[in-house]
Amino acid sequence: MAEIVIKNGVVYDPKNGVDGEKNEICIKDGKIVNNVGVGAKVIDAEGCLVLPGGVDGHTHCAGKINTARIMSPHDMRYSPIPGLSGPEPGTKLLRPQVGYNTPNTHAIGYRYSKLGYTTIAEAAITPMMARHMHEEFESIPILDKLALVLLGSNWQVMQYIQDGDSEMLKSYMAWALLASRGYGVKVVNPGGGSSWTWGKNVTGIDDKVIDFDVTPADILIGLAEANEALNLPHSIHVHCNNLGVPGNIPTTLDTMKLLEKVKASQDRQVMHLTHMQFHSYTGTSWMDFASGSDQIADYVNKHDHLTFDMGQMIFGPAMTMTADGPTEYRNARMFGAKWSNYDQELEDAGGIVPLSYTPQHFAHATMWSIGLELALLVKDPWKVMFTTDNPNGGAFVNYPEGQVLLMSDKKRQEVIAGFPDMTMDRISLPNIDRELDWGEMTVMTRSMPAKMLGLEEKGHLGAGADADVAIYDLKPDKVDVSVQHEAVKKALSFAKYTIKGGEVVVQDGDITALPKGKVYWVNAYENGIVQAEKDRLITDLEERFKKYYSMQFSNYMVEDAYVPRPVEIRPEVA
Amino acid sequence: MPVIKDVVCTFCGCLCDDLEVTVEDNKITKVGKACKLGRAKTMGMFLHERIEKPMIRKNGKNSELEECSYDEAITKAAEILVAAKRPMSYGWCSTSCEAIEKAVVLAEVTGSLFDSTANVCHGPSALATQEKGAPSCSLGTAKNYADLIIFWGCNPVHAHPRHQTRYSTMAKGAFTPNGKKDKKMVVVDPRNTDTAKKADLLIQLTPGTDYVLIEALRAIVNGHADVLPDEIAGLPKAKVMELADMCKASKFGIIYFGMGITQTRGRYKSGDNVSSLLSDLTQTNKFVMIGMRGHYNVTGFGQVAAWETGFPMAIDFSRGSAYYNPGETGTNDVLMRKEVDAFITGAADPGAHFPQESVKHLYKIPAIQVDGYANPTTEFSDVVIPAAIAGVECDGTAYRMDGQPIRMKKLIETTFKTDEEILTEIIAKVHELKENGGA
Repeated sequence: MAEIVIKNGVVYDPKNGVDGEKNEICIKDGKIVNNVGVGAKVIDAEGCLVLPGGVDGHTHCAGKINTARIMSPHDMRYSPIPGLSGPEPGTKLLRPQVGYNTPNTHAIGYRYSKLGYTTIAEAAITPMMARHMHEEFESIPILDKLALVLLGSNWQVMQYIQDGDSEMLKSYMAWALLASRGYGVKVVNPGGGSSWTWGKNVTGIDDKVIDFDVTPADILIGLAEANEALNLPHSIHVHCNNLGVPGNIPTTLDTMKLLEKVKASQDRQVMHLTHMQFHSYTGTSWMDFASGSDQIADYVNKHDHLTFDMGQMIFGPAMTMTADGPTEYRNARMFGAKWSNYDQELEDAGGIVPLSYTPQHFAHATMWSIGLELALLVKDPWKVMFTTDNPNGGAFVNYPEGQVLLMSDKKRQEVIAGFPDMTMDRISLPNIDRELDWGEMTVMTRSMPAKMLGLEEKGHLGAGADADVAIYDLKPDKVDVSVQHEAVKKALSFAKYTIKGGEVVVQDGDITALPKGKVYWVNAYENGIVQAEKDRLITDLEERFKKYYSMQFSNYMVEDAYVPRPVEIRPEVA
Repeated sequence: MPVIKDVVCTFCGCLCDDLEVTVEDNKITKVGKACKLGRAKTMGMFLHERIEKPMIRKNGKNSELEECSYDEAITKAAEILVAAKRPMSYGWCSTSCEAIEKAVVLAEVTGSLFDSTANVCHGPSALATQEKGAPSCSLGTAKNYADLIIFWGCNPVHAHPRHQTRYSTMAKGAFTPNGKKDKKMVVVDPRNTDTAKKADLLIQLTPGTDYVLIEALRAIVNGHADVLPDEIAGLPKAKVMELADMCKASKFGIIYFGMGITQTRGRYKSGDNVSSLLSDLTQTNKFVMIGMRGHYNVTGFGQVAAWETGFPMAIDFSRGSAYYNPGETGTNDVLMRKEVDAFITGAADPGAHFPQESVKHLYKIPAIQVDGYANPTTEFSDVVIPAAIAGVECDGTAYRMDGQPIRMKKLIETTFKTDEEILTEIIAKVHELKENGGA
């Protein structure tokens, strides 16, 4: 592969302490290196912003999104952001594209690349449905991918926790990641997915789950401890109980406090809390509902065992999709919206409902403000990942909009000026004048997600990193983001260059090459579980498949054919 | 004797994955655990006549099919598609997802219309999903939880023979340990079918009144029984009340629906109203539905088409980007308007299943068939390309009626090319012809 040297760029690489310096970036064989030969291809960045490739650590991009596509022919034609949405014909190089919130697979690859993103994490897949997700992964070009596997309402998990059998729990967790070729453990509305199969839910972390003698708290602690015992690169990734419910702050704080007692196996959080915006509401109903971002931020500022992502809302149509089945049913009934549901045997629930957010409604305006407040009130950017919970809070093609909002108080005030009066005593955003700088923004969109996930080759530009680089057509030392936010948003929307694995995939906002990405997965089973425990697990699973599953045990595990370019990570055995 | 276990049956949307297939000297001699349909399908190549060689009609529709090489047939197919102004690609439901992905590419590069057998089957279910969503579950969830099973406009005893033992009426699950004893079964059908004979309640409605019956059930469930007339859908009101009471009394109910919902009067509006009924019922208990899909991988077609193109069926690539407007761009819509000037089909039999007017048009235009067996479609095809049978002679992915993907196995060796290989070669030929300035 050709050598590349990027010259004259203004480089931000927070992991390696580089903060807007004119460093050369050298690339060889798909990796960042210290030097290249004289024949290397020179990319003259001309004083432009140079960052590591973006890492989206929480996005719904494969699996459930396909049902959302089938529900959404209207979305396929919708194009509010020309070049990043709507129908586009195929070319000699590119496949046809459609959609905004639920684009086809090819469009997902092209558009993330145009934004300068190079790695994405599918946020929610059951082990049983992982084969489907991998089929879509294979169809998404360019990007590297990984999957978070739903275990928070899983019968095996709840049974082993109920039995107090931590060895079986550990074995099953490792096996489930192997069976799904998954990367990390996702917990959605712990216990609630199981109760939802009966049309019921859980209401807090100490509520009892129907059919199992466990609580959400038991599930969270059990999974977190097994996760750390297996020394997995990522911590448990948690969507709390009571998403989107006014007054859910105590549940969120209870969840955070609960995990204080778990010790991390390595230098990272013990829990990542996702789309915090949806979990930071005070009040008792939608009438007295208000932002609780100060309480969340205060806790996060004082504790180091957790990280979170924003779940920033973007105004306009969105498509909500989650394993939180009861939440989706509630949404559908509340808005009279169409409702899809899927209860996956023994594993989890799921639902899909289209919503639309408008700045004219105080509730939506408040939710929009909460996401930004959370990111701005937490002092350490290494605790915050930028997300919209794509496409729940908004489509990923709006990331530049959300990022510029964090960098420009002026832009925020312009939006707030249009809010209904009923919003103003519910939010604190008008009084927050913090504007993130490029270093902080790079942390939240690159370095932090990579560290939070445990992806050592991602999110930085030090020697040995994957050569995933984004160059944007803006000069950090000449542009005042606070004022010129529209120009900055445009530059962030269409990278001048995106380099993926050492290959130029975007130039001047257009796709130039279509390499296939890798899929990261974690094998903690082969070396991590002793043979006697493997035997005990398999005996139990065979019995459970016979009784409860609808497919044969031997046909369940994702075959190698579905992961043609794997990166298998084997954690060190404790 | 070598027995291959846990083989995936590739007949219907049940996709039973527990078959035991005995292979001797590259011949399937025994198929264990399968139903009659599954056994016949799996042993098909030893029971029926295969299309042995690629064939072309050299002198128009009235001339005989003459044997030729794969290369000749594939070249001819590509020439037909490249020369066409309004080509159509149809079918691809009894083959692997890997082949369907290639069929999408071929449709894109030839600017074709692209559609599946859902056009004459469960297409309206997709439209209903677009209107009101699809509250559903996996078949294993239904097995474990469902205490009320409603077969609406479908006849699994004949069409999905193992459905009731594996997933529904007789299946034993976590909360239904005694199988049938723990469940109630209802059949809604104008006919007293063989499935209906085993039902606890048969709702023998007047044909075409499904929507009315669904609407009446919704009225009762929502507390408005008083507004209903004495006779509903040809049934006494008391009978409808009985069904509503059974629904309300169940903890987890499921409606399995077939052509009786999707292809009768009301069509997608009936399916849309079923979704609304399920949403209403879920206020107090849990209700879901699953469409009884016929072709074993028609669900897979919808999935692959949705992720590759954004739409599940009735796609038109003539503009370069995917355009979707069922009613305008569905296969039979376009055939009835006589717009299509070239046709390629695979793993489906439009000749046997399409309305007469559509088939008449197919007789007038160049047609290409990719299939393992001769069928009525062969009669009007100008290019016939024999293919390996997916799930028997090659592996690949198929999606069960509940959306569960399963990997099909290769059981025996073959000299036939797979659908995926044939399509890949046609695509390469199309590119070659286009670069040389067309056929």
